[in-house]
Amino acid sequence: MIERYAAAMLVGITKLLVGARADWRVEPAGGQCLYFANHSSHLDTLAIWSALAPALRKQTRAVAARDYWDKPGLRGYIANKVLRAVLIERRREQRDGDPLEPVIEALRNGDSLVLFPEGTRTAERLPQRFRGGLFRLAESFPELNLVPVYLDTLHRSMPKGAPIPLPLYCNVRFGAPLARIDNEPREIFLDRARAAVVALA
Amino acid sequence: MNASQKLVYVFGGIVALLTLASLIGWWLQQRKGDTEVVRNLNARVRAWWVMVAVLGVCFLLGPVANVLAFALISFFALREFITLTPTRPGDHLPLVVAFYVLIPVQYWLIYDQWYGLFAIFLPVYAFLALPALAVFGGDTENFLERTTKIQWGVMIAIYCISYAPALLMLDLQGYKDQGPLLLLYLMLVVQISDVMQYVFGKLFGKRKLAPTVSPSKTVEGLVGGGLTAVAIGTALWWITPFSPAQSALMSALIVAAGVFGGLALSAVKRSLGAKDWGHMIEGHGGMMDRMDSVSFAAPVFFHVTRYFFSS
Repeated sequence: MIERYAAAMLVGITKLLVGARADWRVEPAGGQCLYFANHSSHLDTLAIWSALAPALRKQTRAVAARDYWDKPGLRGYIANKVLRAVLIERRREQRDGDPLEPVIEALRNGDSLVLFPEGTRTAERLPQRFRGGLFRLAESFPELNLVPVYLDTLHRSMPKGAPIPLPLYCNVRFGAPLARIDNEPREIFLDRARAAVVALA
Repeated sequence: MNASQKLVYVFGGIVALLTLASLIGWWLQQRKGDTEVVRNLNARVRAWWVMVAVLGVCFLLGPVANVLAFALISFFALREFITLTPTRPGDHLPLVVAFYVLIPVQYWLIYDQWYGLFAIFLPVYAFLALPALAVFGGDTENFLERTTKIQWGVMIAIYCISYAPALLMLDLQGYKDQGPLLLLYLMLVVQISDVMQYVFGKLFGKRKLAPTVSPSKTVEGLVGGGLTAVAIGTALWWITPFSPAQSALMSALIVAAGVFGGLALSAVKRSLGAKDWGHMIEGHGGMMDRMDSVSFAAPVFFHVTRYFFSS
């Protein structure tokens, strides 16, 4: 119950700070979705999550780095209880087994997810090369809608190393789900996925 | 009649006008159906109710609320301006200063009635400080263009708009403590000019005024809207320090400056690759779409009034 109010407040604060206005280039895809986006600031997860309509937001969880989000206090509370984030281990030395296991688990449960396939933040307008996780998930879940998302100003609001964010308006642009091509090689798929995000820039 | 009675009368008039506008919008919807133009018209009228309500509460609460409201307007306007401007990481420091230092200081100077510094703080000190701060970014690519755009945003969104509440600090002959009325007069003439240009343009518009810069503006709209605004401005002489003839001239000045503001900022907006400044106000676009005329009219109106009517 408290989490519902916390979520509403979080969405309100995010919209006030960064706008987070949804710009759907096509009708929102129904069914289970994997939203994949360029990653440029700590606000990205919240911006996409806030931009989704309430019905979609309810079934959507963010995939986030355990080393950043799983802290005691407010940050951990938001990640675990409000965003119900799927936390993955980026630090190799802490891993035992497949780091994508919790993500696969969540997809099996029918949750929609927000994922940043670059794996790390970049201060540039366009995303870096995508890492392979997206390909593995796409292969394992052929019915999943792979929705490209582009965040247009957050790399300027909060460039790496800048402690004070600028209050720029961010549009969250959602594209058409990626077409599925049978037996597509990994690198070609990843390039195509990245190009779909870049096309929204 | 004292100042607050006058305020009540004017706001009563505005509410009557808006009620009429809402009725016309409803009637059009019944008659013409739910077309794009009718829907946009009704969205605009609804947004006007909200804007008038916000402004009304500010006038009710007094000068401090007015200054704060315009500080927020500047904040939103600058936000839209910089969002559309392709800044680089090297601009972060000057931008942080623009948002979080320049806006509060400029509006504090109005609250403090420190006219001398109010008038030069942004055009002199900020003008020099912004490029000086940008140097710390260590990025020389397009340095002049980037700095100029930030300075432009600061001048229009903060400096020019702040001239509207600055009317509250004018000390005019035989016009003590009536600053809020003068602010209301400015806003009314500018906005009625904008609204009536839109109405006359939609009703009778044939010849485009500046097709590449602002495709919706027409010659017929400009003439009809401008004349209506001057007529209403003249009729409102009793809330100003002006005689009816002077009020007519002042209204004409406000309308003219406002028209150029609308056109010039529309050109700026298009050169930044956008059709609207933002999405804040339903049916109107962004805050800057509503304040473009004010940003040109306010400084001119302020200084002409100050020059001719100071005590």
